[in-house]
Amino acid sequence: MDPKLQQSVFYAVLALAVVAAIGGGLITHGAEGLAFGLFASFTLGGSLMCIWERSVVRSAFSLMATFMGVAGLFVLLGHDFLAMAQVLIYVGGILALLLFGVMLTPPDLTERKLTRVGGAIVFVFGGAGLVWNHVQSATRSLAVLPPEELAEATTQDRAIGLAFLHPEQYVVAFELAAFLLTVALVAAVYIARRRTEDFEPEEAA
Amino acid sequence: MGVEAYMAVAGVLFALGIVCIISRRNILYVLMGVEMILNAANINFVAFNRYGNGGMEGRMFAIFVIILAAAEAAIALAIVLNVFHLFQSVRPSEADILRD
Repeated sequence: MDPKLQQSVFYAVLALAVVAAIGGGLITHGAEGLAFGLFASFTLGGSLMCIWERSVVRSAFSLMATFMGVAGLFVLLGHDFLAMAQVLIYVGGILALLLFGVMLTPPDLTERKLTRVGGAIVFVFGGAGLVWNHVQSATRSLAVLPPEELAEATTQDRAIGLAFLHPEQYVVAFELAAFLLTVALVAAVYIARRRTEDFEPEEAA
Repeated sequence: MGVEAYMAVAGVLFALGIVCIISRRNILYVLMGVEMILNAANINFVAFNRYGNGGMEGRMFAIFVIILAAAEAAIALAIVLNVFHLFQSVRPSEADILRD
């Protein structure tokens, strides 16, 4: 099939799925369903585009839709602090790092039509099995409240900050995370540095 | 919206991350797939925290997952640059020796 036609078909199907998800959410759950459909289609559509697109730059940018969609799902779940951290760290940090990686390595032009069929088979069976098993077992074995009995979502930023510094809660994990980030960033600089021999002038050899 | 809807989104996102890792021949896609998988795990943590018994373990775990993802991305990018420097290639299958 012609690549341009493939692109058109893929994006048409994706747009139809997004419209169906948003409309279905709106009909069944009202405004909350609409928001859920929107953010879920951001999340899943972005990662589908990331797998589909041949250009690494387009894939990296479509991952932005995934991260923003996940941030929106966090907001829907009432966790505003996490949504903010998601936008700051994933979109502002990790995506920028990925784009640096894209710019510092050349595009692999010989990568053509890959195992899309195999990938699709793995996705369908793995995903369906995972979702089914997941939903069946977890909702039965864990104490999950039905949506009607949920308390109103309130912001818990202060509780999070206190829990981080409380000696009986997360202060050790918090300090370890700080230590880990320091070591990881110093190590990343050390690993990625240019060796001194890279800077030897040609005529000195 | 029950917890099942969020779990379904997380499960599909996890499967898409696996497909991204196994179907592309570029190390950067492996990194992107790992990020998708971590995000799927995070959705589950937060959803169960919301629909659970009112504790805050889920969201603390999600914060630590985000911290670890940041550290992982920095180290992984450094390794990708080094692999490209050593092998002149970004295919995971080309990097098959531990030292030169």
